[in-house]
Amino acid sequence: MAIVAETSRFSKLSRPVLAWIVGLLFFFPIFWMILTSFKTDADAVKPEFLLFFTPTLENYLNMTENYDYWRFATNSVITSVFATIFALAVGIPCAYAMAFNPSRSTKDVLMWMLSTKMLPAAAVLYPMTFLTKSLGIFDTHFLIVLVLMLINLPIVIWMLFTYFKEIPKDIIEAGQMDGVSTWGEVKEILIPLAWGGIASTALLCFIFCWNEAYWTVRLTTTEAATLSKLIEGNRAPEGLFFGRLSAVSAAAVGPIIVLGWFCQKQLVQGLTFGAVK
Amino acid sequence: MGRIVLENVTKSFGDAQVIPPLNLTIEDGEFAVFVGPSGCGKSTLLRLIAGLEETTSGQILIDGEDATQVPPSKRGLAMVFQSYALYPHMTVRKNIAFPLRMAKMDQAEIDKKVEGAAKILNLADYLEQKPGQLSGGQRQRVAIGRAIVREPAAFLFDEPLSNLDAALRVGMRLEISELHNRLATTMIYVTHDQVEAMTMANKIVVLRAGHIEQVGSPLDLYRTPRNLFVAGFIGSPKMNFIEGAEAEKHGAKTIGIRPEHITVSADTGPWEGTVGVSEHLGSDTFFHIHNSGLAETITVRADGEVGFKHGDRVRLAPREDVIHRFDAEGLRIA
Repeated sequence: MAIVAETSRFSKLSRPVLAWIVGLLFFFPIFWMILTSFKTDADAVKPEFLLFFTPTLENYLNMTENYDYWRFATNSVITSVFATIFALAVGIPCAYAMAFNPSRSTKDVLMWMLSTKMLPAAAVLYPMTFLTKSLGIFDTHFLIVLVLMLINLPIVIWMLFTYFKEIPKDIIEAGQMDGVSTWGEVKEILIPLAWGGIASTALLCFIFCWNEAYWTVRLTTTEAATLSKLIEGNRAPEGLFFGRLSAVSAAAVGPIIVLGWFCQKQLVQGLTFGAVK
Repeated sequence: MGRIVLENVTKSFGDAQVIPPLNLTIEDGEFAVFVGPSGCGKSTLLRLIAGLEETTSGQILIDGEDATQVPPSKRGLAMVFQSYALYPHMTVRKNIAFPLRMAKMDQAEIDKKVEGAAKILNLADYLEQKPGQLSGGQRQRVAIGRAIVREPAAFLFDEPLSNLDAALRVGMRLEISELHNRLATTMIYVTHDQVEAMTMANKIVVLRAGHIEQVGSPLDLYRTPRNLFVAGFIGSPKMNFIEGAEAEKHGAKTIGIRPEHITVSADTGPWEGTVGVSEHLGSDTFFHIHNSGLAETITVRADGEVGFKHGDRVRLAPREDVIHRFDAEGLRIA
């Protein structure tokens, strides 16, 4: 008995300590980035561990004045929001059909969707570039929304499918007996019951869209360029200006960190939903 | 109105035929019970009538109209599920009102009907609660309430009481019977419990492997089971089956005698055996008799006052007029 008590006391102490260590480890790069963003470029490249310095807003002012931060940010918001909305608009009916009226090939379709994520993006870079240019949609919001939606659709459908699976089929059938239309089933029963799951799917999809860099950098120039492009564009021929780069990066990840902070409960709940039941 | 006719209905899942061609008529106002062991196709049959499963072939007529291709929502039937299938995000009031709201009924009318149903089912105090706050019996009443407000052509019950504890089950059984008397609407009720079937039905449909073994009133089935399966399934405790010389004496391959039709005593009767386990119910005692030379165990239902002990030698006297005779195929010999 004594041994059991001792181990549990040990784990009671060690777990928070471990959690803090891991947490700080993950947080440190972000912390350092924010810190660097307030340094002058000269301070930023100093080899010593510089924790105390004269902070400056120069990098941020420079960013908004010379780089048109707000245009990139607006583009990021527009493309991420619409891509998420469209992904849900396609994903909800799709997951609904597969969860409640599965056919013999439902499992294969799900696997196939996941397999599209295994294709290296670089393999289709040139076809995509030429295709979008000749279609005249290169560097448009439409293209970026479409691309972001499509690359996130598999994960959106998979997540929604898992949540919908948790809803007893009887409830859907009761709805059918009660005279609801298919749209009514989705609107009156499915969405209210799976609301938590849909919200966390939307949140995750939005975060993925916001952070996406491969396609948003390569398929835009100015018009539809997002914050990823802004960061990428801060490579100057004379080398990297760490202060400036940090400010841009901090401003790019800032909104999503704030969003994640406020929604962390939903996110954790969403990601572990169904795992323990 | 609610006359339901099944004509040559079949159902297959892939290559497996779960309902072979089946014909059945349920008259308007009847309380029909589908009963059979698990996996006999009784729930599938109910779901075919509801429209939740598509028939592979054959026709389903509701009040003379072909409903085979009609979606469940348009068949005018209401269903009560084993799991209650209430909408957990809605209050009791909204649950009951849901089918009416879907039918775009006037709000004042909806309120009136919901209040009416709540009164019949003793739910008036719970209207603003969510299903999660209710007991099993109350939830089942909400499910029934949701069904009755629609004034359906027929009610379909899919093992509605099997999630309730024994005492509640008896109470709800009476409530559903009472409801049937009051509404006089067709009800089709699926159960594996022959006691529910016997106590509630006007018409019992005994199913085995998708086949209808017999259709009839509870007492028809009890008195004149068409074959060994029905004889063994209806009645509790189960009918005793005796083969061999004793059966041949009656001109049959197998004879059946119900436990309540055998008298046990110390000295009278043609059969003899040793008392094994006795189950005392108070009003009755079930004796399981071994070593009779007739069957492994013969069950006898005796008055609760009869007091034989384990190991006692007893004599058994069957009532000759109620011995059931079956031929080599297991069919009843008239």
